[in-house]
Amino acid sequence: MRNPQLNAHGELNHLLSIDGLPRDVITHILDTASSFLEVSDRDVKKVPLLRGKSVFNVFFENSTRTRTTFEIAAKRLSADVINLDVARSSTAKGETLLDTVDNLVAMHADMFVVRHAASGAPYLIAEHLHRTGRDDVHVVNAGDGRHAHPTQGLLDMYTIRHYKQDFANLTVAIVGDILHSRVARSDIHALTTLGAAEVRAVGPQTLLPTDVERMGVRVCHDLREGVRDCDVIIMLRLQNERMNGALLPSAREYFNCYGLTPEVLALARPDAIVMHPGPMNRGVEIDSDVADGPQAVILSQVSFGIAVRMAVMSILAGN
Amino acid sequence: MRAQRIHIRNGRLIDPQQGIDGAHDLYIAEGRIAAVGTAPDGFAAERTIDAGGHIVCPGLVDLSARLGGFESELRAALAGGVTALACPPDMRPPLDEPGLVERLVRRSETLGLARVYPIGALTLQLSGEKLAEMNSLTRAGCIAFSQGKHPVTDTQVLLRAMQYAATFGYTVRLQPQDPHLARDGVAHDGEVASRLGLTGIPVCAETVAIATALALARATGARLHLARLSSAAGIALVREAQRGGLAVTCDVAIHHLHLSDMDIGFFDSHARFDPPLRAASDRSALRAAVAEGVAALCSDHTPVDEDGKQLPFGEAQPGATGVELLLPLVLKWAAEDRVPLVEALARVTCDPARMLGIPAGSLAVGAVADVCIFDPLATWRVTGDALRSQGKNTPFLGWELSGRACLALVGGRILDPDD
Repeated sequence: MRNPQLNAHGELNHLLSIDGLPRDVITHILDTASSFLEVSDRDVKKVPLLRGKSVFNVFFENSTRTRTTFEIAAKRLSADVINLDVARSSTAKGETLLDTVDNLVAMHADMFVVRHAASGAPYLIAEHLHRTGRDDVHVVNAGDGRHAHPTQGLLDMYTIRHYKQDFANLTVAIVGDILHSRVARSDIHALTTLGAAEVRAVGPQTLLPTDVERMGVRVCHDLREGVRDCDVIIMLRLQNERMNGALLPSAREYFNCYGLTPEVLALARPDAIVMHPGPMNRGVEIDSDVADGPQAVILSQVSFGIAVRMAVMSILAGN
Repeated sequence: MRAQRIHIRNGRLIDPQQGIDGAHDLYIAEGRIAAVGTAPDGFAAERTIDAGGHIVCPGLVDLSARLGGFESELRAALAGGVTALACPPDMRPPLDEPGLVERLVRRSETLGLARVYPIGALTLQLSGEKLAEMNSLTRAGCIAFSQGKHPVTDTQVLLRAMQYAATFGYTVRLQPQDPHLARDGVAHDGEVASRLGLTGIPVCAETVAIATALALARATGARLHLARLSSAAGIALVREAQRGGLAVTCDVAIHHLHLSDMDIGFFDSHARFDPPLRAASDRSALRAAVAEGVAALCSDHTPVDEDGKQLPFGEAQPGATGVELLLPLVLKWAAEDRVPLVEALARVTCDPARMLGIPAGSLAVGAVADVCIFDPLATWRVTGDALRSQGKNTPFLGWELSGRACLALVGGRILDPDD
């Protein structure tokens, strides 16, 4: 089966998922991101790599934060950025996803940054571009349903590498609503590909995907067991609508069982870092003392996110 | 066209119903089988067909085919060697009115292509609330009752519907899937769905519904047919019930014998089915159960156009075109699992005919002459152009298959799908 992310030379043509990405491709993205980090510290925060290129942010699902970071990254690469809030325009008028894509291609888009509520939507777009002979248009998945959020996964890896240098001896715990989390899936694939020693999936059975062990993780239902001697703890956001109902009895009970408090964090290695893709629910999945404490690297993740997205876009445009 | 006296010679005749597999000629007169092997006294053929190198068997009986474009799909059926098919009631409008059924029957009789056996709606509008007029629907031509792919959520309504059906001896067909456990689900709840972030339909959605249906069949005495089993655990429940003496029958869609959830690949919407393609271990169990005779096979023919498939996986319409692929896919399974052809063909001829209670699927003397003649070695590639159905979507696109029907006879009339 053709890997829809890679071109005939095995180079990255789209970034759709970390699942199936070769290790050297991931490392190359992270290395490239390093070189972009200092651009943000300059007086003139721009490099001309995407000058004359049009990047379309096509968000079928609302998101301010992710869209903004992509916009900043594209602008720092000197691209023209067009933001389309499709959730409120074309599809509301009944236009299909692929009709929207064809229209934007006709406007000479060079790159699509796509967010969609349906898992796999960016694959459908990439496949359509391939079928219509437009392999020169690149697709970046900015989050599709529960499936993948590859740039978040990559910026998480960048953050971990920044603080821990090497993945080989790391124990990483991913805690919370893994079932509904595209970030968790991307992190798991990235960590297993980069050779982390152990990845733990921590949460109640109702929030863990079926057969998640087959993705190469160890399942822990007990938070204390899950974070014990960890080097990295990745906390996941618990969506409001999942707090009370058939998945969990209440936010309060969730915090009692799976909330990261200073006492629980003390079970991890003393130099452990705490990450969170944001936005955080203080007092639901994470205690404020931890979120604001010395081991939290949550704001670094955001800064690194821009460099990582610059790296992804510049690599795609160059291939 | 008038029914001719036909002599089909030199073929390998397989009639699973009589357990025949050998070099026998077939003689047809007045729309019925006149003789097998030796010509009846004074038989003068008006037409002789040379079936050398080909297999002559009863026309295939498809337990479930949706007829979207109607005539096109009936021609597709003939092209696939299918001479009789049952169509589920979940069309628009649903088959819950005797008038609708009569019109459907008349339309198919006027066309004179493959025979159409309508399955009536068990409840009005298939809404699972009020019983449909099963007796009137039967008079209009329905041969069984089902909900299509719409479940009856209220088990008391289901109990009443089965009691009512049992009163008249009607067969109730259910596609067993608990609607609550399957809610929002689009793929088998397993490793693949977890990896792709697709909402899963657990196997227990099937087993819970089967257990309920079996309990209600025991309580009511209704004749039960379970349609489209997809899991090892599900088929095991039915096998156990059959061994316990319950008159329950079931079928499996042919794609479930050849595909698994792995075939979803990178969100291929052609592999979206209802019930979903399950794990490879389920597929093996289904293959074994069908070989044993626990279940019959059907095409579950569901033409879906491009617009219905060019969508993200979870939003795409489930189903695929299949009536033209049934025969070659049965042959492929038989070859791979070394199932004797006489056994394999039983699953698409006499077994489904018995389950539907229709006079078909047999080459016994006196039976209606619904016959399929096929070349078992003809290889062809599945492409949109090679299919007559209006539905061009199937996960088997691009597959190289062996076996193609050359000729279909319905009631002794030689029918050309193109004419």
